[in-house]
Amino acid sequence: MKVQRGGMSRLFLRRSLFGLFTLWVVSLVVFLATQALPGDAAQAILGREATPERLAALRAQLHLGGSLPEQYLNWLGHLLSLNLGTSLAGGMPVSDAVAPMLLNSTVLMVCAAVIAIPLAIGIGTWSALKKDTVIDNVTGIATLVLASLPEFVVGVLLVLLLSTGLFHLFPAVFVQMPGAQVWNNPAQLVLPVLTLVVAVSPYIIRIMRATMLEVLDSQYVQQARLKGLPERTVILRHAIPNAIGPVAQVIALQLAWLIGGVVLVEYLFRFPGVGFELIDAVTNRDMPVVQALAIIIALFYVVVNLLADVVTLVANPKVRTAS
Amino acid sequence: MSNGVATPAVHLATAPPRTRHKQGLFRRALKSRRTVIGLVLSGLVLGVAFLGPLVTPHSPTVFVAAPFSPAGIGGPFGTDNLGRDVLSRFLAGGQTLMILALLGTVIGVGLGAVVGVVAAYRRGWLDEVLMRTGDVALAFPQIVLALLFLSIIGPQLWLLVLMVGVGHMPRVARVVRGAAMSVVERDFVKAAESVGIPRWKIVIGEIVPNISSTLAVEFGLRLTYSIGLVAGLSFLGLGMQPPAADWGLMINENRIALTVSPWSVVLPVLAIAVLTVGTNLVTDGLAKAAIGSDEGVTA
Amino acid sequence: MSSPTPTLVVDNLKIVGVPSMAAIVEELSLEVRPGEILGVVGESGSGKTTLGLALLNYCKDGTRMGGGSVSVAGQELAGLNWRQVRRLRGQTVAYIPQSPASALNPALRIGTQLGECLAGEPATVLARVREVLREVALDDDDAFLARYPHQLSGGQQQRVAIAMAFTARPALIVMDEPTTGLDVSTQEHVLATVRQMCQNYDCAAVYISHDMAVVAELADRIAVMYSGRIVEIGATAEVLANSRHPYTGRLLLAVPDLDAKRPMIGIPGHAPSPLARPRGCAFAPRCPLADEGCTTTAPEATEVGPRHTVRCFKADVPLPAVPARKAPARVARDAAERPVVQISGLKAGYSSFTVLEDINLDVYAGDCVALLGESGSGKTTLSRCIAGLHHNFSGGLTLDGEQLAANSFKRTKEQRRRVQYIFQNPYESLNPRRTVEDLILQPVTAVRGKVRNGRDIVATALERASLRPDHATRYPDQLSGGERQRVAIARALATEPEVLICDEITSALDVSVQSSLVDLLRTLQAEMGLTLLFITHNIALVRNIASQVAVLERGRIVEFGEVEGVFANPRHDYTRSLMAATPNFQLAGGLHEVGATGTDGPQGDGPQGTGGLLPLRSL
Repeated sequence: MKVQRGGMSRLFLRRSLFGLFTLWVVSLVVFLATQALPGDAAQAILGREATPERLAALRAQLHLGGSLPEQYLNWLGHLLSLNLGTSLAGGMPVSDAVAPMLLNSTVLMVCAAVIAIPLAIGIGTWSALKKDTVIDNVTGIATLVLASLPEFVVGVLLVLLLSTGLFHLFPAVFVQMPGAQVWNNPAQLVLPVLTLVVAVSPYIIRIMRATMLEVLDSQYVQQARLKGLPERTVILRHAIPNAIGPVAQVIALQLAWLIGGVVLVEYLFRFPGVGFELIDAVTNRDMPVVQALAIIIALFYVVVNLLADVVTLVANPKVRTAS
Repeated sequence: MSNGVATPAVHLATAPPRTRHKQGLFRRALKSRRTVIGLVLSGLVLGVAFLGPLVTPHSPTVFVAAPFSPAGIGGPFGTDNLGRDVLSRFLAGGQTLMILALLGTVIGVGLGAVVGVVAAYRRGWLDEVLMRTGDVALAFPQIVLALLFLSIIGPQLWLLVLMVGVGHMPRVARVVRGAAMSVVERDFVKAAESVGIPRWKIVIGEIVPNISSTLAVEFGLRLTYSIGLVAGLSFLGLGMQPPAADWGLMINENRIALTVSPWSVVLPVLAIAVLTVGTNLVTDGLAKAAIGSDEGVTA
Repeated sequence: MSSPTPTLVVDNLKIVGVPSMAAIVEELSLEVRPGEILGVVGESGSGKTTLGLALLNYCKDGTRMGGGSVSVAGQELAGLNWRQVRRLRGQTVAYIPQSPASALNPALRIGTQLGECLAGEPATVLARVREVLREVALDDDDAFLARYPHQLSGGQQQRVAIAMAFTARPALIVMDEPTTGLDVSTQEHVLATVRQMCQNYDCAAVYISHDMAVVAELADRIAVMYSGRIVEIGATAEVLANSRHPYTGRLLLAVPDLDAKRPMIGIPGHAPSPLARPRGCAFAPRCPLADEGCTTTAPEATEVGPRHTVRCFKADVPLPAVPARKAPARVARDAAERPVVQISGLKAGYSSFTVLEDINLDVYAGDCVALLGESGSGKTTLSRCIAGLHHNFSGGLTLDGEQLAANSFKRTKEQRRRVQYIFQNPYESLNPRRTVEDLILQPVTAVRGKVRNGRDIVATALERASLRPDHATRYPDQLSGGERQRVAIARALATEPEVLICDEITSALDVSVQSSLVDLLRTLQAEMGLTLLFITHNIALVRNIASQVAVLERGRIVEFGEVEGVFANPRHDYTRSLMAATPNFQLAGGLHEVGATGTDGPQGDGPQGTGGLLPLRSL
C-alpha cells in the first residue's frame, strides 16, 4: 500500500516554520540584549577606557547609528548575508574566528553523541528487560547519581581519576599545536568526550528504561506474548518501535542541553570550541562574537529538535498515514 | 445491557476502597532508604555551608603560607593559589551558593507553576502564546542565556539569581502544564464550575492540591540543577567575584595545581557532588512516592 | 453416559498476589468441553481476569501461581518449559483481550499482526489470514492487511482480535470482556461472530464478563465468581432458573429487565478486597441467609445437580423474599402546566462540527426523562449544555420560562442551585483532596454563600443518599465506587435542587451497586419531587427508572414519548434496532407477576421497606 505522506510533510513544514520563527525571536532577543541596553552599548563595552575616538569607531562598528528598528534591520541584514561583523578583540572577521571553533565543537559533540546515544538506549533497554534484578538496581543508582552531578563536576572528577590522581592516562587540558586539527591527537579528546558522555547518558538511560517498561507493560505486548511469539520478536518488533518515538524527543532535548554543558566542559579542558570562545568573548565583552555564538547555538537547538520531530513522526504510524 | 461507554471506568472501579487515607507525600517518601540517604547527604553539606563560616580557623581572605602549600602547611588541607587556608575558604564558600540556588529555584518554580497552571486552565490563545514563548525560550540553553545577560550587565548576584529562575521557568511551566492539564480535564473541576465557584478558587482549591506532588518533584529537580548552574557560573568567573570565598571560584582558581595541591579543588567538588546527589535522591524518593506502589491486583 | 473429554480442566487453582501472598483466586475448579462456551460472571475484584490469564499460563506482574493445576487439551500447563508454553499460546489456547484498541500494536500493520501467529510458508500463512478475515466478515484484500489499527473502527478492531485468536485453530479460546466499551449494535455483531466461530471450529471457549445479560445469551454454562472463588457453576438455563447460591440469586435480580416487568434490586454492601477477605464465606457479610457458621468456615463446593455445583451452606434454603418496588408513579399533568426545562431548536457543537441539531424537549416537574443514545449520539453534550458546562450552543434553553445562559458562570446563583449535575465516574468527579463534608458543602457555599448550619446540611444530605453520618470525615479514596457515587448524589442534593441531571451515573459501577443507586434515585424523586434527566445508553435502565424517553441518534432526537409507548411500539427504525440488539434478560417463571404487585419503599443499602415480598426461588 502506498503510504500517504501528505500529513507528515505538512507537519514537518509547520515545525520548520516554527523553527524559523524561533530563530527570528532569538535574533530579536540577542539584538535587544546586546545593543538596546539602557545607555550606550559602546560606552558599556569600553567602560573606563572609553575615549571619544574609540567610542565613535565602536558605534560605527556595532551599527549604533539610526533608530532602533533601523539598527535591527541593518544588523539582521548583515546576519542573513553571513556577515557577522568584526571581532572587537582580535580585529578579524567574526566568521573567521568562529568557523574553526564551530568545527571543533561539532567534532566533540558528534563523538559524544555517537557514543552516548546507542550506549544509553542499549543500557536502558537492558535495564528494563532485567527489571528489579541486581543489574537494574545498580544501573538505577548509578544513573541517578551521575544525573545529579553538574557536568563540570563530572569533568573535574574524571580529571582527578584518570589524569592527575589515581591514573595518569590522559592529559588534563587540551593543548592545540598550531596548524593541527583537534582530532590529530585523540588522547586529548578522550576526557572531554567522556565527560559529555557521562553527563548526557544517565538521563537517556532512565527515560529509555521507563518508556520500555511502559511499553512492555502495555496490552499489546501482553497480547504478543499471549500469541506465543518468541521473546526476541516481542521485544524487537512489538516493543522497541513503540518506545523510540518518545525517547527521540528526550534525546533531542539532551543534545540541545549538551551544548550548554559543552560551554563548561570546553572551558574546563581549554578545548578550542564555541563554548570556550563564548566565555572568552563574554569576558572580553566582544559583542559581535557573543551575538554570533548565541544565534549559532539557537540554530543548533532548532535543527536538533526538527530532527527529533522527524524521528517521532516516522515512528508513529498514526501521523504517518494521516491524509 | 451494560455495554459500558467508558471502558476504563469499569476497571477503575476495581480499586478496593482503602481503609486508611493516603499518608502525605513526604511521609511516604521517607519510607524509602534512598530518600533518607539523600536527606543525610544534603543535610551534611548544608551544615558545612551554613555552620562553616562560624568555625573557620582563619579568615578566608588572609595569606597564611606560600601558595599551593601541600596539606598540613598553613592548614590541614594546605593553601590555595594566593596562599590562603583551603579549609577556611571551603568552610566559608558554600553559603552564598546555596542561597543563590535556592532563590533561583523559588523564582523559577514559582513563576513556572503559575504560567503552567494558567495555560492549562485557560487554554485557547493564552495557552498557545505562553507555551510557544516557552518553546522559543528553550532555544537558549540555560547557561547560554545567563552568559548572554551576565556579559552585558556584568556579574551581579541578583542577575545571576534572576537568570537561573528565568531559565527554569519555561521548563517548569511545561511540566506543570502537563500535570495540570490532566487535572483540569477531571470531572471535579467541571463540577465546581457547574455550581459557579470562582475560577481563582477552583485553581487554588481543586487544581493546585492535585499537582502538589508534581510541584514537589519539580522543585527538587530544579534545585539540583540550580546548584550545578550557580556553581558552574561561579566556576566560569561570572558568579561571586574574587577575593570572596566560593566553591565554584575555588575550583577555577586552583585547578591549575591539581597535582600539587589537590585539596583546594577536591573539597568543593566533592561538596557540590554530595549535595546534588543528595537533593536528587530526595527528589527521586518524592517522585516514587508520588506514583505510589500498589500491588498488581486486578479483577 | 459417556461425555466427551473436556478441553480445559482446572483443578483447585490458586493464584496469589506478590508480596502479600493474599489469594486472588482460590480453590477454583472447572472444566469446559469442546464446542462449549463457559461464561464466567463476576463483579470487579472477583478475580475473573486473573483466572483468564492463568489459562494461558500467564501471570501478571504482582501475581503468582500458588497451587493447583490447569490442563488444556491434555497438557498440564505447570509442567511445560517456556518453549512449550510459547507453542501452547496462540496454537492451543488463544486470548481475545478486553480492549482491542490497546491490545493491537499501534506500530504494526494488521497483516503483520495476524500473520505472525502462524509458522510456515508465507503464501500459506497469507492464505490462512485472508480466510480467517473473511470468516469474521472483514475485507481480505491487501489494502486492508496494510492498515494500522487506528485506521479501523472499534468493532473492526475487535473482529481483528477475534480473527487473530482463531488463526491457528486453537482448542480453547479465552475472552475477557470482549464487548465492553462497544455500542449495543456492535456488541451484537461481535457476539454473533464469536458464537459462529466457536461453532465452526468446535472450540471450547471461556467468556469472561461482568454482564449477566450477555453471558446468559451467549454461554452454554455459567460460572459465577465472587471474591476469587466460583460460588456457583452449572448449565445456563439451570443457573438462571434454579440458582442455588444467594449471591447468584441476588445478582440475577440486580440485572435490569428490558421489559421492566421485574424490579431490579441491588445487593447491599460491596465485595471485599483481596487483601481483606473475610475468614468464612466471602459473601456472608452481604448475605441475607448468613449465620455464624458462614462467617467462620468457608463452604466447600457441593454438587446439587448434574454438572451443577454450589459453594454455600444454605444451598437448600430459599432466599427470603426481597421487597419489591412499585412501578413508576404516573403523574397526572395539568394541560396548562409549564415545563420546568424547555429546550427549543438547540444546536450545539465544537468549533468545526455540529454535535446536536434541532433539539426540542420539554421536561415537566416531577418527571424522569431519559436521554437514550449510543456513544457519539450527543447525549452527554446535551446534558452539559443544560448544566452550563458546554458553552458553544444556540437555541432556546429555559428554566421556568427564564432563558439560561450558556455558561454556568453567567447564570444566577438561584439558577445554579436549581439545576444540579451528577457525573458518570465518581472516581473522577470527587476531588481526592477533600473530605466528604467539604465536598458536600462546596456547592452549597457557592450558591448560597457561607452557611451556619453546615453540619446539618451535610447530615441531611448524607442521610438522603443512604450514607452513614461518619462518612462525612472520610476522603474519597476511603470509599467504594458505590459510596462515592452516593457522595456525588448527596452533594447534588445539598443545594435542594429541582432538576437533577444524571449523566450515565451507574455505568462505572458494578451491577449490584447500579441497582441500588437506581432505587435510591427513584425514592428521592418521589420524596423530594425532583425532576430527573437520566442520560444512559442502557435501554433496560430506561425502562426501570424513566417515565419518558428521548432517543438520540447522531445529534437528533429521533423519537420521544412515554417509556411504555415508545418501547411497546417503537416508531423509529433506530429505536427498533437498538431494542433488537440489546440482549433481553429474562428470568424464568413466576417472578414477573410478583414484581407488578410490589409496593413502595427503598431497597439496597437503604432502610428496608415493608410490604410485598418477592419469592426468589420456587422450591
